[in-house]
Amino acid sequence: MNAIYDFSILTGGIHERLSGLMSPTAVMITEMVIIGTLLIVFVALMGLVLVLAERKVAAFFQLRLGPNRVGPWGSLQTLADFLKLLTKELITTKSADKFLYNLAPFIVMLTPFLALGVIPFAPGLQIMDMNIGVFFITAVSSMGVLGILIGGWASNNKYSLIGGMRSAAMVVSYELSVTLAIMTMVIMTESLSLSEIIASQSDGWWIIKGHIPALIAFLLYLTASTAETNRGPFDLAEAESELTAGFHTEYGGIKFAFFFLSEFVNMLVVASIATILFFGGWMPFHLPFEWAVGFNHIMDFIPGIVWGFGKVTFVIFLMMWFRWTFPRLRIDQILNLEWKYLLPMNLVNFLLMALIALSGFYL
Amino acid sequence: MEQYVFYILAAIILVFSFMTVTSRMILRAAVYLLFVLIATSGIYFMLNYNFLAAVQLTVYAGGIAVLIVFSVLLTSQLNEKMEQVSLTKALAGGLIAFAGALLTILTIVQYNFRPNGLPELEPSPRAIGHAMLNYGDNGYVLPFEVISVLLLAAMVGAIIIAKRPAKLLNEDRTAIDTSYPSDKNAYTSRTKAEIDSLLK
Repeated sequence: MNAIYDFSILTGGIHERLSGLMSPTAVMITEMVIIGTLLIVFVALMGLVLVLAERKVAAFFQLRLGPNRVGPWGSLQTLADFLKLLTKELITTKSADKFLYNLAPFIVMLTPFLALGVIPFAPGLQIMDMNIGVFFITAVSSMGVLGILIGGWASNNKYSLIGGMRSAAMVVSYELSVTLAIMTMVIMTESLSLSEIIASQSDGWWIIKGHIPALIAFLLYLTASTAETNRGPFDLAEAESELTAGFHTEYGGIKFAFFFLSEFVNMLVVASIATILFFGGWMPFHLPFEWAVGFNHIMDFIPGIVWGFGKVTFVIFLMMWFRWTFPRLRIDQILNLEWKYLLPMNLVNFLLMALIALSGFYL
Repeated sequence: MEQYVFYILAAIILVFSFMTVTSRMILRAAVYLLFVLIATSGIYFMLNYNFLAAVQLTVYAGGIAVLIVFSVLLTSQLNEKMEQVSLTKALAGGLIAFAGALLTILTIVQYNFRPNGLPELEPSPRAIGHAMLNYGDNGYVLPFEVISVLLLAAMVGAIIIAKRPAKLLNEDRTAIDTSYPSDKNAYTSRTKAEIDSLLK
C-alpha cells in the first residue's frame, strides 16, 4: 500500500497542530467535537446518497426512470425530500407514551453511529481501533431492535405493535446467523480487531483465500444481515401492504426520517463489515502468488479509499438488488428459513471452516 | 478527565436505577434499566476492558433488555399502570435498600485495597480465549464447561416446558378433526331435502 494514501498523516498533522495550541484535555475534547460533527455530516450525506441510489436502482430494476426532475438526473431529489421532512410539523399522538415515543428514533440512530466509530474506511480513516472491533459491532447492533420495539409499543397503535413484534422476533433470530457467519471468518482472520483483519488480507481477500466455506459464509452473512436491517424481502416490520407502515406508522417529519435514515446507515454498516471480512476492506486486490508481485504493485496505486468505498458500494448494490427482486416473505417463512436452514448451515459451515483452518487447506 | 467521565456514568447509573424501581409504567422501567446497563458498560470501556464492555452490551443491553421489552410487549398495554405502593411498604423497601447500601459502602471504605504486584495482563480476546480453554494453572476450562452444560440444560428445559405433551397434542388434533365434520352439508342448518326444495 502506498504510504501517500494513508489518512493518519493528515489526522496526525491536525493532532500535532492542536497539541501545540492547547492542553491535552482540551485537545481531546476538541477532537471529539470535530470527529462527532464529521460523523454526523458523513451519516447525513450517506443517507442522502443511499436513498437516491435506492430509488435509482429500484427504477432500474422496474424499467422506470426514477427521480429525474430536481437537479441534474434528479440528483438533488433526496436533498429536497430531506428539507421537506425537516420543515414538517412534528405531531405526537395524544394517547402515545410521549417520552418513549420521542426516545425511540434516537435509540434507532444511536447504534449505526456507535458501529461507524470502529469501522476503517481507508488506511488511517478510522475513529477508534478497538482490539474487539467486530465483537463491538455485533454488540451494539444487537441494541438497534430496541428502538423499533419501543417505538412500536409507545405509538399505541395496533399496526405499530405488530410491526415491532415481528421485527423483534426476526432480528433476535437472525442475529445468531450474522454472528456465526462473522465468527466463521474470525477463525481465519485470527483477530477481532478490524484493522488487523484487513492487514491479514494483504496477500489476498478471504473470499478467495478461504474458498468454499468463506463463500458460504458470505452468502449466509448477506442473507441474515439483510434480514437484520429489516430490508426487503424481509421488511415485515414495515410491510406497507398489510401494516400501513409498521412500527413507524405514527411517526412523521424528522422523526420518521430518523427511522428511514437508520435503515440506510445500518445497511452501510453491514456492507462495510461484509467488505472488511470478505473483501479486505480498503485492501487492494492482491493475489497470493509469487508471479503476481507486479500486478499487486499496480493495484497499490489505486487509493485505499477508492477500494474501500467501491467494495461497500458493490455490497450495497447487491442488497438493493435483493430488495427489488424477491417478493416479501411471510413471518413463519422467515422464521423457518432462519431456524431450519440458515442456522444449521451456519453451524456446519463453522465446523468446516475450523477443519480447513486446522488442516491448513487454504491459501 | 477520566474522573469526570466516571462521575457522569455513576450519576447516570444511580439516577436511572432509582427511576427503574420507582417508575409505575413497566416499559419505561425497562428502558431506564437499559440506560443503567449501557452506562455500566461505559465504565468497563473507561477501564479499557473492551471485551467485558462488549459482553455487557451483547448479553444485557442487547439480550436481556430486548427480552424484557419483548415480554412486556406481549403481556401489557400502554395505558396500564402498576398500582401505587403503600407508604409502609415503600418505607420498608427504602430502609432495606439503604441498609444494604450502607453495609456495602462501609465494607469498601474499610477494606484496605492494595496493588497485588502481579504483572499487568493485557485483556485481549486471545488471552481470554486461552484462559477459558486452559486446564493448567489459571485455566477456567472446568467452570466454562459447567456453565455450558448448565445453559444447555436450561435450554432443553425451556423447550420441554414450551412443548405440549404428545397426549395433549393428539387430543388437540382430534378436537380439531371433530369440529370440522366430513359431511359438507353439516355446515348449514338446513337439511338436504330443504335445500333441494329451495333450489327447485
